[in-house]
Amino acid sequence: MARAYDFPDMHGHFGTYGGVFVAETLITALEELRTQYEHYRSDANFQAEYAYELKTYVGRPSPIYHAKKWSAYLGGAQILLKREDLNHTGAHKINNTIGQALLAKSMGKPRIIAETGAGQHGVASATVAARYGMECVVYMGSEDMKRQATNVYRMKLLGATVVPVDSGSRTLKDALNEAMRDWVTNVENTFYIIGTVAGPHPYPMMVRDFQTIIGREAKLQMQEEYGRQPDTLIACMGGGSNAIGLFYPYLDDKNVSMIGVEAAGLGIETGKHAATLLTGKPGVLHGNRTYLIQDEDGQIIETHSISAGLDYPGVGPEHAWLKDTNRAQYVGITDNEALAAFHMVCRYEGIIPALESSHALAYAAKLAPTLDKDKLLLVNLSGRGDKDIDTVAQATGITF
Amino acid sequence: MSRIAVTFDTLRQNNRKALIPFITAGDPEPAMTVLLMHELVNAGADIIELGVPFSDPMADGPTIQSSYERALKYHVSLKDVLEMVAEFRRTNTVTPVVLMGYANPVEAMGYQKFVIKAKECGVDGVLTVDCPPEECEEWIENLKQEKIDTIFLISPTTPQIRIQQMAKRVQGFVYYVALKGVTGAAHIDLSEVANKLAGLRSYISIPIGVGFGIHDGATARAVAEFADAVVVGSRIIAEIEKSAEEEVLVNVYRLVKSLRSAIDKVGIKHRIARIKR
Ligand SMILES: Cc1ncc(COP(=O)(O)O)c(C=O)c1O
Repeated sequence: MARAYDFPDMHGHFGTYGGVFVAETLITALEELRTQYEHYRSDANFQAEYAYELKTYVGRPSPIYHAKKWSAYLGGAQILLKREDLNHTGAHKINNTIGQALLAKSMGKPRIIAETGAGQHGVASATVAARYGMECVVYMGSEDMKRQATNVYRMKLLGATVVPVDSGSRTLKDALNEAMRDWVTNVENTFYIIGTVAGPHPYPMMVRDFQTIIGREAKLQMQEEYGRQPDTLIACMGGGSNAIGLFYPYLDDKNVSMIGVEAAGLGIETGKHAATLLTGKPGVLHGNRTYLIQDEDGQIIETHSISAGLDYPGVGPEHAWLKDTNRAQYVGITDNEALAAFHMVCRYEGIIPALESSHALAYAAKLAPTLDKDKLLLVNLSGRGDKDIDTVAQATGITF
Repeated sequence: MSRIAVTFDTLRQNNRKALIPFITAGDPEPAMTVLLMHELVNAGADIIELGVPFSDPMADGPTIQSSYERALKYHVSLKDVLEMVAEFRRTNTVTPVVLMGYANPVEAMGYQKFVIKAKECGVDGVLTVDCPPEECEEWIENLKQEKIDTIFLISPTTPQIRIQQMAKRVQGFVYYVALKGVTGAAHIDLSEVANKLAGLRSYISIPIGVGFGIHDGATARAVAEFADAVVVGSRIIAEIEKSAEEEVLVNVYRLVKSLRSAIDKVGIKHRIARIKR
C-alpha cells in the first residue's frame, strides 16, 4: 500500500530540511552509501540477517509494559512503556548499530567509527564491532567522558579505542565533527556509524529505517494486546532517533498524536538547555539543514542537559519537518522534572530509566492526569538508567 | 573581467604562478586582520583567502580550528569579516579576496543579504566548504549575477563524471584538494596530485589551484610546477599562533615572502628568455 507520507525525496530533503551539506571529499562516499543502502534495503537476505540478529542478539521484540501502579498514582490516562531498555546494551541505539554494521560488512569496510554523547551509541557500536570482528574507534567529548566514565570503560572492554575530543564544547557535537574528520581522512576503508537521525543523507533516512522496528513492533503489539492503537506517542529527543523510530510507522494514522520531548535543562528562560526545536532557528550543521541552537551570527551555542544523550544543539531534519507541518508536537522538560520522573518510575514500577528517557516519562506524568483513564499513552522507554546512577546520586547530593 | 580573471591573466603573461595565502579573519585579533592582508600582498600574495570563523569547522584540522576559536573569542561575525574586506579595499582595489567558510553563518545572515553586502564590500569569490553545488544552485546564480565567483572544490575522491558536470559551472579558479583529509594534514603525494591535475585539465580550462598539506617552500615550488595557484593555510596560521603579538606581521611577511620566492623559481627560465628576446 502506498504511504501518504513519503519523505525524504531522492536528494534526502524533508521539505526544506535535510540534504547533503558536506565537503567535496565525502560526496562520493555518501553517494556510495546511498546506492548500497538502497540495494540492501530491499535485499531479502540482508533483511533476514538483520531480523535474525535483532531476535537472537538484541532480544527483540521488546515488550510493551503497562505501568499500572504509576498510572493509578497519576490518576489519569494509562501509561504504556515500550521497553527499549531491555535490549542488549540497554538502549534503542543497538537497533541502528546492528543495521549499519551489517551494511559495513556487506560493503567490505573493516573499520567503523562512531561519535557518542552519553556513551550508549559508542557502547552499541563497540558491541557490534566485537560481534562482527571489526576495528572500532569512538570519538567522545572529553567532558562527556567524565560524565559517563563507566561507559568509556565498557567500550574499552569491548575492544574499542575511545578518542577524547578537546575542541569546542567537548561534547557530542564536537565528537561528531571529529568523527567526520576521521571519515574524510580514511574514507576508503572506514564506515561511519552515525548514532542518530542526523548527518547528511542517507543517514537520517537510514537510521530512521533501522529504528522503525520500535514502532512496527508497537503497532502489532498494541493491536494484539490492547485491541487498539495508543492515543499519543511520547519520546525524548536528542537527535530524535528513538522518537522517529516510534513515530514513523504511525505518521499516516491521523488519530494518533505524537509528542517529542526536548531537554529544557535548567529552564528555557535560562538559556541553559538543549531544546532545539523549541528555541532554535533553521541552519546548516553536520551535513544537513535543520533547526539549530545558534546565536545571531550563526555560531552554534553550547547546550546543557543533565542527560548527555540529549545534549545536542541540532535535531534530525525529519523532526524539523514534522514540527513545521504540525504532524508532531514538541515540548520541553527540565532537568529537575526528568529527575523527579526518574525517581517515580524507580519506586512505582521497579524500573530504572535512562535520564534521556526520563524526559519522556516526565512529560507523560504531566499529561496523564489531564486525560481520561481510558486514554493510552505509549512512552518510548529508550534506555535503562544504570549508566546514570552517578549523575543522579550527585544531583541528590549523595557520594558513594 | 573580474579581479580574479585579471590576476590570473597577468600571471600567465608573466609566466608566474599564483600564491594564495589563507588567514582567518579575526585571528589573532580583529584589529590585525586588515594589516595582515596588506602584509600578505606586500610579501607577494596574488589572491587572499579569508577564513570566516565558524564554531564547528568539520573539514578543518586542529590548526585552523583553533584560529577560528581565537577569532570567536572576539565574536567575529560574517558581517565583521565583510567590513574588514571593505576596509582592505579602501587602499587595495586590485588583489582579489575570496571568502572561505561554512554555510551556517551565511544562512544566518540570509543568502540574499550576503550577496548584496559581499558585492558592496568588494568580495571577489566565495568558497563554502560544506555547500556542494547541488545544495545551493540558486545562491550560486545570485552570486554570479553580482559577478562574484563561486569557487568549487574538487577532491581526490571526485569521480570523472562529476568532474565533467562541474566543469560546466566552474568560475574564477578551481580549488583542488590535494589529499583525503582535513586542512593541515601532513602527507601530500606530489606525483599523484600532478597526475590528477593533468587529468582535470582535459575538462577544466580555467586556472586550477592546489591546497591542503602545503607547508614549506619546497612543496609549494613542486606544486607550482603543475598548478596555476598554490594555497597555503595551516602553515601561515601556525606562524601567527606561535608569534608574539608584535612579531606577527614581520613573521608572516617573512614566511610568505619565502613561499613567494620558492614558487617564483618555477617559470624563471621562460621569464629570462623573454627578457633576452
Ligand atoms: C537511552 C537514550 N535515549 C535517547 C537518546 C537520545 O538519542 P535519540 O534522540 O537519537 O534517540 C540517547 C542518546 O544517547 C540514549 O542513550
